[in-house]
Amino acid sequence: MSDEPNRRSRWVDYGRNLGLISMAIPVVLFFLVFSYVPMTGQVIGFKDYVMSDGVFGSAWVGLDNFARLFGSEDFPRAIRNTLTISMLRLCCGFFAPVLLALMLNEVRMAGYKRSIQTLTYLPHFFSWVILGGIFMMIFGGGGPVSVGAKLLGMTPPSFLTDDFWFLVVLIVTGIWQSAGWGAIIYLAALSGINPGLYEAAVIDGANRWRQTIHITIPCLIPTMITLFVLSLGGILTAGFDQIYNLYNPLVFDVADIIDTYVLRRMIGLDLSLAAAAGMFQGVVGLILVVGANFIARKISKGEQGVW
Amino acid sequence: MKQTTGEKVFGVFNMFLLGMVALLCLYPFIYTLTISLSTATEASRDGFHFYPKEISLTSYKVVLSNPDIVTGFMNSVVRTVLGTVLTLMATCVAAYPLSRREMPHRSLITFIIVFTMLFGGGVVPGYLLIKKLGLINTVWVLVVPGMLSAFNIIIVKNFFQSLPESLVESARIDGAGEWRILFQVFIPLSKPVLATVALWSAVAHWNAWFDAMLYITDDRKQVLQTFLQRIVIESGTKMMELGINDTAVISFTAETIKAATIIVTILPIICVYPFVQKYFVKGIMLGGVKE
Repeated sequence: MSDEPNRRSRWVDYGRNLGLISMAIPVVLFFLVFSYVPMTGQVIGFKDYVMSDGVFGSAWVGLDNFARLFGSEDFPRAIRNTLTISMLRLCCGFFAPVLLALMLNEVRMAGYKRSIQTLTYLPHFFSWVILGGIFMMIFGGGGPVSVGAKLLGMTPPSFLTDDFWFLVVLIVTGIWQSAGWGAIIYLAALSGINPGLYEAAVIDGANRWRQTIHITIPCLIPTMITLFVLSLGGILTAGFDQIYNLYNPLVFDVADIIDTYVLRRMIGLDLSLAAAAGMFQGVVGLILVVGANFIARKISKGEQGVW
Repeated sequence: MKQTTGEKVFGVFNMFLLGMVALLCLYPFIYTLTISLSTATEASRDGFHFYPKEISLTSYKVVLSNPDIVTGFMNSVVRTVLGTVLTLMATCVAAYPLSRREMPHRSLITFIIVFTMLFGGGVVPGYLLIKKLGLINTVWVLVVPGMLSAFNIIIVKNFFQSLPESLVESARIDGAGEWRILFQVFIPLSKPVLATVALWSAVAHWNAWFDAMLYITDDRKQVLQTFLQRIVIESGTKMMELGINDTAVISFTAETIKAATIIVTILPIICVYPFVQKYFVKGIMLGGVKE
């Protein structure tokens, strides 16, 4: 009985905010239908999905699909490839935007800086369908990269069909596409640094190099931690768009990732297996993001972290 | 501030290096443009192709007379315009109640939305849902499921929250309801953030291909990116068959056709890019505003 006035005030609250509620209801419904219904649809990973029986009518098979996944050769390979590519991207590419931002930060001519910046984030605005088409020409036989290799006296490898070189192309074009855009966030962080710090350093006799080491870089570290956490969470998604538009069966040994595997299974109409693989990816991904964020918070004693 | 000689040398070297980086970002596009404008013999010559030595527009004629490309272009325009308008409207309606403190269950709703950034159903259940809803082969499948994203909602919500609260009170006193306050007070004041969301959405729609590849099986409703993808994969063979009935046969190759199709696809973005790119960047800053 004691919550009676409470309950009444809640209804009064609803009544007073009918306008706001009338906006929120369709939005919540939208997310329920397009995000949460598919989440429940993942149960077909535990079923033997038959189209005519539907999601709920199909028979339960427990963990059979997962046993099939991990018993196969392709799925463990896809996990391995995904992790390898993500790690390579992190190792080779994580600092590229930081470096670019630091370099841009040293440019004193505002117009030059702006032009360079505009050009470096241009590639971010095109789909990998487009970029894939372009790079197939650039790295293809007789393309400019082969021509360059020949000029340097090398026998050009077949960049897109050789396992090793395909990974190189993947990483390099990945950095090419995203470094400029990634630098924006670091430039924003740089512009937020208190100029008083630099003035004090100058008085203490620090040159620009020492200023960079002792002021600029430490000020970027919180941003770097946040972005590192985000990329750890995405470690099971190794860049589907790029890989799908560049790969071919000859490089499946290194380039077939979880997402491409799921898609091929789906097109092959093994929907339960594809859903099980997708579920594995989603759940592990969720654990990774939450875990990485927890660690980031711990490290910075509650100041950093994405949320 | 006085610069030492070492710092000056470094400054020049740094600017040179950045210039090279920028050139490297641009070069693949220059190469593609050159190939698309070259004659067949010129395009098949090994080289860096910084500019076209023998110009030929035949590839463009072939591409633009291909009915698939024209249909695809129109369909892409429709999805981009419709998708952007829907995204804008829906994002505002979603962001507004969340920006208001008196909204009941505000944190629960925020959680429902933000959680979708962390976890999703995946492609297969998504596909089954779309099929069940009967959206296959309609334009709606391209614009509705992606209409609302947690990221856009948060950006717009944060912007709404930065507007003075007294706006709501005074509009209320004037007798305006919440919908009216949103559309006549908040939206007109939020043009910068809405411009950013609109541009992001437009670029995303123009570039989107995966949903069209999965959900559109009728070529009359297909988008440009999918046609481009086919041309790239099939190395232009189909295009050549289509254009092969005139003397143009020797004046284009699979490569020049591919390149010309790519240029046609990126042209709309290139045309607006110089004018709107500052809004793109503004948006990423707004996105940096934490909860």
